Amino acid sequence: MSDLRDLYQDVILEHSKAPRNYKELPAANHKAEGFNPLCGDRFTVYVTMDGDAIRDISFQGSGCAISKASASMMTQIVKGKSAAEAEKLFESFHNLVTGQANTNGGAELGKLAVFSGVSEYPARVKCATLAWHTLQAALEGKQETTTE
Amino acid sequence: MSVAAKGVSGAGFDVERVRADFPILQQKVHGKPLVYLDNAATSQKPRAVIEAISRYYEGTNSNVHRGVHYLSELATAEYESVRETARSFLNAADHKEIIFVRGTTEAINLVAQSYGRAHVGSGDEILITEMEHHSNIVPWQILCKERGAMLRVAPISDAGELDLDSFSKLLGPKTKLVSVTHVSNALGTINPIRRIVDMAHSVGAPVLVDGAQAVPHLKVDVQALGCDFYAFSGHKVYGPTGIGILYGKTALLEKMPPYQGGGDMIMSVTFEKTVYNRLPYKFEAGTPDIAGVIGLGAALNYVSRLGIERIGAQENEVVRYATDAVSTIPGVRVIGTAKEKAGVLSFTLGEVHPHDIGTILDREGVAIRTGHHCSQPVMQHFGIEATARASFALYNTKEEADALVRAIEKVREVFA
Repeated sequence: MSDLRDLYQDVILEHSKAPRNYKELPAANHKAEGFNPLCGDRFTVYVTMDGDAIRDISFQGSGCAISKASASMMTQIVKGKSAAEAEKLFESFHNLVTGQANTNGGAELGKLAVFSGVSEYPARVKCATLAWHTLQAALEGKQETTTE
Repeated sequence: MSVAAKGVSGAGFDVERVRADFPILQQKVHGKPLVYLDNAATSQKPRAVIEAISRYYEGTNSNVHRGVHYLSELATAEYESVRETARSFLNAADHKEIIFVRGTTEAINLVAQSYGRAHVGSGDEILITEMEHHSNIVPWQILCKERGAMLRVAPISDAGELDLDSFSKLLGPKTKLVSVTHVSNALGTINPIRRIVDMAHSVGAPVLVDGAQAVPHLKVDVQALGCDFYAFSGHKVYGPTGIGILYGKTALLEKMPPYQGGGDMIMSVTFEKTVYNRLPYKFEAGTPDIAGVIGLGAALNYVSRLGIERIGAQENEVVRYATDAVSTIPGVRVIGTAKEKAGVLSFTLGEVHPHDIGTILDREGVAIRTGHHCSQPVMQHFGIEATARASFALYNTKEEADALVRAIEKVREVFA
């Protein structure tokens, strides 16, 4: 049970049940759909860019607790950041969930450190990173992306 | 359950003894005894199958139908004897109606590309059902697109049963082929094949049956069913992956053009003209999966020795027990409640995503499948993205069903 709690930490469960920024953004000027064909998880990420800054961000869709919580917490942490900062965060986050973090992710990942347990569950890495891949696609102007 | 009755069902099936035949079942996963309930994806292999393959490679390995030397004759004899085993297993009229293919998917593609391209034209129709696996949808979409034909789909009820009235209304003079699953992989529903065949034949349409999920659980008699084609995969019936069987009636197979060209499927070749081999070799181009065929033969013999009716009775008892127990867990919705079912317990649990169920069950040693089960239209019918699916085989026990229930309770604890 204890190792399951490493994955399903309270913060993750809480975000999965009550995801933040879970809505459509009518004013979004960037938008992409992310799809994991393996399990059917599907999210749309909406971004309003103001110059190089992510002024607003939201998401909608369906997926497991890990993917939904990850999307929810991603929208919180990248809001107000620049595209380049978001990209760097994704890199750190990816290293964290794949167990390649040379440090513990550092202060920059903040609350996202709760996803460190994912590295023990290789099958779930794609769940944790789906929203991030989708954000990346949105910022690059792609309409859709998949985890495959 | 009394102690004396432990592991022995009413049918007198000694499940503990059977379990000892499967080496892989003896292991622990994440420190817990493995409870393997992903049999609809693939079944485990008994020692008899593993040893038949080893024996072949250690003592008989040679190419078939070619050499005059000792080993080639041995390999050919063993390979061809499996064709007779399969004929008898399906009660086909003739061994030349048994074609070795890679699996159910290849069998369906063979019929679509060979029979379909020769007989389906512009404006014609192919009829399938809403409960088909993607492998019994996509080959027909490819064919229909190529020929300008139309794919028609007979709907299912909310219990997951085929709507036979709608099915019969969709049949007509334009129907050139009906392709239907015997047992649904996502729902476990058993379709009334004999009735479907009679209805289809009344408009002159031949019927292909996808038997991938039926052969491990039900007695299949292709002559009693009356179907024109029957396809199944070896690996779901305790045999190796990469080998399967297409049964086809001689009269249809004779008229069909080859599916693939190559060695073994020809009688003679010149650059001007090639004469194709007789049945069944016309459809077996290239060196086949000889070891796979021999492993499949061992698997079919294993099942026949235990008796498919006894296997089915044992499984039904465990599936019913598991279904009753899982149904009482708060939040559980069983997907697929047909009166006639085999082997499958598909469910959802409140708002918990099936992927999370699968991960937590895995940590308890319980292996299930989660997702859309390659049947996205079925998921759409029930308004869900995915289910958790426990699927059973001859070696599963009521104790394992109890372990499944305990593991689902763990999911509820985590997501409380």
